[in-house]
Amino acid sequence: MAPLLDVKNLSIGFGSAPPVVAGVNFSVSSGETLALVGESGSGKTLTCRSILRILPKTAQLRQGEVMFGTGEARANLLTLSQRDIRDIRGNRISMIFQEPMRSLSPLHRIGNQVSEVLTLHRDMSADEAKRDVLATFERVGFADPERAFRAYPFEMSGGMRQRAMIAMAMVAKPDLLIADEPTTALDVTTQAQVLGLMKDLQRDTGMAMILVTHDLGVVANMADSVVVMNKGHVMESGPAPAVLGAPGHGYTKKLFAAAPMIPKDPTPADPLPDKDLILELNNVCKTYTVRAGGWRAKKQVHACVDVNLKLPRGKTLAVVGESGSGKTTCARIALGAEVPDEGSRVLFRAEPGAEPVCINDLSRAEKVAFQRQAQMVFQDPYSSLSPRMRVQEALTEPMEIHRIGDRMARRDKAAEMLRWVGLDPDMLARYPHAFSGGQRQRLSIARALTLDPVLLVCDEPTSALDVSVQEQILSLLERIRDGMGLSYLFISHDLAVVARIADEVAVMRQGVVVEQAPPETLFYNPRHPYTKALIAAQPEPDVHRPIDLAEVARGAGSSCSWPDMYRFEGVDAPDLIQIDPGHKVRCHV
Amino acid sequence: MMFIRYAAYRLLTMILTLIVVSMLIFIIINLPPGDYLSNQIAELRATGQAEGVAKAEFLRTEYALDRPLWEQYLIWVGVAPGPQGFSGLLQGDFGWSFEFDAPVADIVGDALWLTVLVNLAAVLFVYMVALPLGVLAAARSATWVDYTTAFVGYLGLATPNFLLALILFYYGHKYLGLPIGGLMAPEFEGEPMSLAKVQSVLIHLIVPTFVIGTSGAAAMMQRLRANMLDELSKPYVETGMAKGLAPSKLLTKYPLRMAFNPFVADIGNLLPAMVSGSVLVSVVLGLQTIGPALLTALKSQDQFLAAFVLMFVALLTLIGTMISDLLLVLLDPRIRYGAREG
Repeated sequence: MAPLLDVKNLSIGFGSAPPVVAGVNFSVSSGETLALVGESGSGKTLTCRSILRILPKTAQLRQGEVMFGTGEARANLLTLSQRDIRDIRGNRISMIFQEPMRSLSPLHRIGNQVSEVLTLHRDMSADEAKRDVLATFERVGFADPERAFRAYPFEMSGGMRQRAMIAMAMVAKPDLLIADEPTTALDVTTQAQVLGLMKDLQRDTGMAMILVTHDLGVVANMADSVVVMNKGHVMESGPAPAVLGAPGHGYTKKLFAAAPMIPKDPTPADPLPDKDLILELNNVCKTYTVRAGGWRAKKQVHACVDVNLKLPRGKTLAVVGESGSGKTTCARIALGAEVPDEGSRVLFRAEPGAEPVCINDLSRAEKVAFQRQAQMVFQDPYSSLSPRMRVQEALTEPMEIHRIGDRMARRDKAAEMLRWVGLDPDMLARYPHAFSGGQRQRLSIARALTLDPVLLVCDEPTSALDVSVQEQILSLLERIRDGMGLSYLFISHDLAVVARIADEVAVMRQGVVVEQAPPETLFYNPRHPYTKALIAAQPEPDVHRPIDLAEVARGAGSSCSWPDMYRFEGVDAPDLIQIDPGHKVRCHV
Repeated sequence: MMFIRYAAYRLLTMILTLIVVSMLIFIIINLPPGDYLSNQIAELRATGQAEGVAKAEFLRTEYALDRPLWEQYLIWVGVAPGPQGFSGLLQGDFGWSFEFDAPVADIVGDALWLTVLVNLAAVLFVYMVALPLGVLAAARSATWVDYTTAFVGYLGLATPNFLLALILFYYGHKYLGLPIGGLMAPEFEGEPMSLAKVQSVLIHLIVPTFVIGTSGAAAMMQRLRANMLDELSKPYVETGMAKGLAPSKLLTKYPLRMAFNPFVADIGNLLPAMVSGSVLVSVVLGLQTIGPALLTALKSQDQFLAAFVLMFVALLTLIGTMISDLLLVLLDPRIRYGAREG
């Protein structure tokens, strides 16, 4: 039997440039999941969008065919009339997009947007459509489908919106679902649940699925077969266990080598030394008062509750958590960019044995000195460098502000820093737009280093980068730390990245540190249900280690649903208790 | 319920704003040294007309112009007793126009309603022209439709209004037999309302509406086009496409709804811009709006007349912004349910 979808020799290009998708072939059968894997610029998104012909206006379909359907109805989607392709869209082939926040219209109710698919394709009355939509909402896990039907997108969390998107894609029971990075914008525990849901739905309906992703872990959990793309060409394709188990092509091997993993057989590590601390956060709390509007009541948000962290000199302390966990607030407080609540103390020792300074009550001169010694590397290298400043200006500006050296000395320092981060000093005269994402992140690291800091706060420095680039940046950060004797406070949402670079990990959830230990110890013996959920939710690029959804569900929910030992309500959390040397868990004794 | 509370809140702020505006208007009008009467007295003295001086002195006390400014203000508003007891804006007494030697109410009378009429017609014209053309220009961006509308729009923006008025009068009269000048045929002036009078007013409205509305329409069309282009590149438009929506349905249901917000928010700005912008046009076209009266009053420091006209324009503005704010709350759930977010 012919497969449901057959893409043959597909080429797409822009203008007169060479094609960005060249000669791509693959096919998907009913009930099967195909993963299109690649890094940014690989052409995977254009490929999947060309199936429904939702392409940028300037893109040209140069060659190939996309055969879809069975028997008589089989047709080439690329040559169908506009009217016929509209009949296929949303009806027989539907699509889920990457950003659930922006892929739904903010002005229309969820129910309206989802039932539109049925009124459009099924000739249903509004009431009939609503009945079907409510059933689908229940299936995708909305506790109160009626309420979801009436809700607006902004009233839902990211995970809930993506469920609504899935409901929209599934409600007409399509033969093929195309999901373009459906979980990339979601937290890891939410991602695990959404992936589980998609798998269940596929089992129920027997539809085919094309999953576009950059994450080999997601592939291992979902796909039956894999197509690896790079720069518009298919590098390798085949059944998932074969490709993931024994990658044949060099590029696939490189991707695997670069993918950070939670260690398989960790052994507990020694606790970090408790002396020569460069940074100490003692009982740090931060409460925001949210004013909703002129006449509405004020609300208090606890971004950090009683956070205690110690960073020994020359080490890396990682704070891990999902969105809203308060990890970034911690970083900002550590840098003095945010004033913590009364009673919080942040201590900083610039040199070993020096008297610590409390960074919340510094004199003006001390503050300037502190700002030299503590620098930050930001998440998004695209927006953290001014597009109007040459590299040289960007790198010398901090020294100008602190009045260090003369013009020549600054220039030499900038050139030296470029060499440290693996770039050529000849690049000083260029503008940031001439650099790739990874190179830009090297630039912002170089900028942070020009003032000879002793402490670097890295806020998700690799989340905006491709895996292979992420690997390079992590290696670079390690090399600089050891070469210059720096200490890092490293903020991340990714346990696997943290496993790679950190000496100590603090897991945060809704403003509270729930567990803290060296990474090896944490992975060897995770105790807190939330830590266990985070570890279980991490997709591993190994078909034999699937996500344990039950474990995720046990720890990712509300703190009231945890086992007795860990359970608490509101902000009334139990204390952080040392259960082994260097291993602390927040639990009742 | 929420909406009623918001409307009440908005009404309250509007009244407060109006009070502040009234103070500013009164202060600014009185900033130049002297007033209409002291200027006149000086002139009469210079020409030696003693009985005129006496009359002017009488008027000065009659209208309390000899009192301190804050007292004059309170009397004008009607919260403090003047020479005739409480008689100010709050009591419906708009004061005396020295320049025209008649009560302000008599002078502005009809002009008030004609002003509202002309400007409402112009606002309607702006929206009716800008909405379809702006959407069309965005949907067919970078095609001849886009370029043509943009060209016509720029012509509308760049042509001086009075010139446009003269051209339209000339050709309108020559080929269509449209009347020149005024807002109604002379025989209806001061007559009670009748079908024939309404007809006459409508025919006379055509050219002024076009003249006053053109530049506003051109500007709004360009704004709507830009908003639409922004919205068209948002991911939710792709979602709509992936659903299988037809282009026209997709366009009007999603991006247009989003691009509508600034369009609605403009109502507030449009009204005052047109009232003040149409002063010159009114003079040129001989329209019996309050524009020309305002011009004369400001020139001769006829303070009660000027203050009243300015108050009226301020009131129009505030009503316009209030309407647009209330409409936005009705149109946009993000504003309506802002409290539930986060």
